[in-house]
Amino acid sequence: MKAVITVIGKDTVGILAGVAGECAKHSANVIEVTQSVMNDMFAMIMMVDITNCTVPFKNLAESLKEIGKEYGVMVHVTHEELFNTMYRV
Amino acid sequence: MINTNDILETINMIQNENFDVRTITMGISLLDCIDDNIDKACTKIYDKICRYAGDLVKTGEDISVDYGIPIIHKRISVTPIAMVASACQAQKTVKFAKALDRAAKEVGVNFIGGYTALCHKGFSAGDYALIESIPEALATTERVCSSVNIGSTKAGINMDAVAKMGRTILETAKLTADRDCIGAAKLVVFCNAPEDNPFMAGAFHGTGEPDCVINVGVSGPGVVRAALAKAPDCDITEVANIVKKTAFKITRVGQLVAQEASKRLCVPFGIVDLSLAPTPAIGDSVARILEEMGLETCGAHGTTACLALLNDAVKKGGVMASSHVGGLSGAFIPVTEDEGMISAAEKGCLTLTKLEAMTAVCSVGLDMINIPGDTTAEIISGIIADEAAIGMVNSKTTAVRLIPAIGKKAGEYLNFGGLLGGGPVMEVNTSSPAKFINRGGRIPAPIQSLKN
Repeated sequence: MKAVITVIGKDTVGILAGVAGECAKHSANVIEVTQSVMNDMFAMIMMVDITNCTVPFKNLAESLKEIGKEYGVMVHVTHEELFNTMYRV
Repeated sequence: MINTNDILETINMIQNENFDVRTITMGISLLDCIDDNIDKACTKIYDKICRYAGDLVKTGEDISVDYGIPIIHKRISVTPIAMVASACQAQKTVKFAKALDRAAKEVGVNFIGGYTALCHKGFSAGDYALIESIPEALATTERVCSSVNIGSTKAGINMDAVAKMGRTILETAKLTADRDCIGAAKLVVFCNAPEDNPFMAGAFHGTGEPDCVINVGVSGPGVVRAALAKAPDCDITEVANIVKKTAFKITRVGQLVAQEASKRLCVPFGIVDLSLAPTPAIGDSVARILEEMGLETCGAHGTTACLALLNDAVKKGGVMASSHVGGLSGAFIPVTEDEGMISAAEKGCLTLTKLEAMTAVCSVGLDMINIPGDTTAEIISGIIADEAAIGMVNSKTTAVRLIPAIGKKAGEYLNFGGLLGGGPVMEVNTSSPAKFINRGGRIPAPIQSLKN
């Protein structure tokens, strides 16, 4: 089972490490990362495997949102299934 | 990997364009709760609702977290109470409303629909008793919603019921006059009422439905408007295409949520209702979509055409996205719940006559319209009869949810708060239809061929 973590906000040092570190803490394996910085705005999309995640999805999402608050960025966590459903027929 | 732009588009829809799933509604049959002792029946109803819907709110919240999609309401619809009440003649029908209200509070849903009578061809004892009790029921409960079906394409229009509902709406508003007449905002009069509608105030659990079912209502006017705003100069064919594509995406999410809720609650999935349901929030308005298509203000000439296109394109886009589509499915035009409609009504551009024309092509009818408090019951009945006639002849659902603003005149305001919103009192044609309404009887069912 995979989750998609989206991080959007003003670019600051350590965002990627912060989010990835939180994933590692809960055994969520980062599979793929795409990121871009445009006019100081940071957009990162991270695909993580949560099959072996040690905490319930809700707690993972909440802890990642807390990390987002620390860095002043918006973090959105959702099951991969949402995007598959919306964009694949 | 999934396309980056698709992910960012979805996040943008949720964060900035008010994208949400409007409601997960659990339909529960109460036919097995019928008892000739009303207190026993009420206990059975309360127990069954609490047993079936105990986990509904929590499950909705869990799904919302897992998919990152707001699910605004968790609600319940039940078998039309008039059927249950038929067994308890000459007892206080309002007890059923109080039992429903208690159950709704216990399981944590904000509305429960089904204080309903289906009397399109005539009244049973239960129908009559229930309609008589509606004003008191809506004044003394908080979460109960009521609806009455007074006509259908196959049965015609029950004009006795039309006359009775005019008086009932007025009485309901009077009994809640101290709370901005909010009772009337929870009462809908239908023609061709659907049995699987998840949206309030008109939701009830039809007799053809299973014992328990999950129906989901999607929304997303803000998403559609934003998609159209990105293509300001395209022709109308492309406008329809954009609406279809957006409706497809919105509905897919509704389908996903419905399937997931069905699985987690071990309750069969019923339908997804593909509706554009506005809220008073800025950017969540159906009127603004019509204006994005090129109208200066909603209500201008051309509004009916734009709404027809929108309503049709939403259905076309949504139908392929869901395995079962039902309910009302289309664009809602509730005036006080739609920021753009409120604004257009304040300007005097959107009038009751224009709204009536719009209801011939939208998914429901004259919805959440404040009318002057001195409007007579016969005039309200006249409005209901007109609206029901549009539904009956065009084989579509139409409805009337009017709020007589007791003690107020056109131009003054009613404010309900929350998603019910608020807005100006609109002018009504005061010429009397009293003789027509008081004749009673039935308008015969219309012919279904020789269509011109």
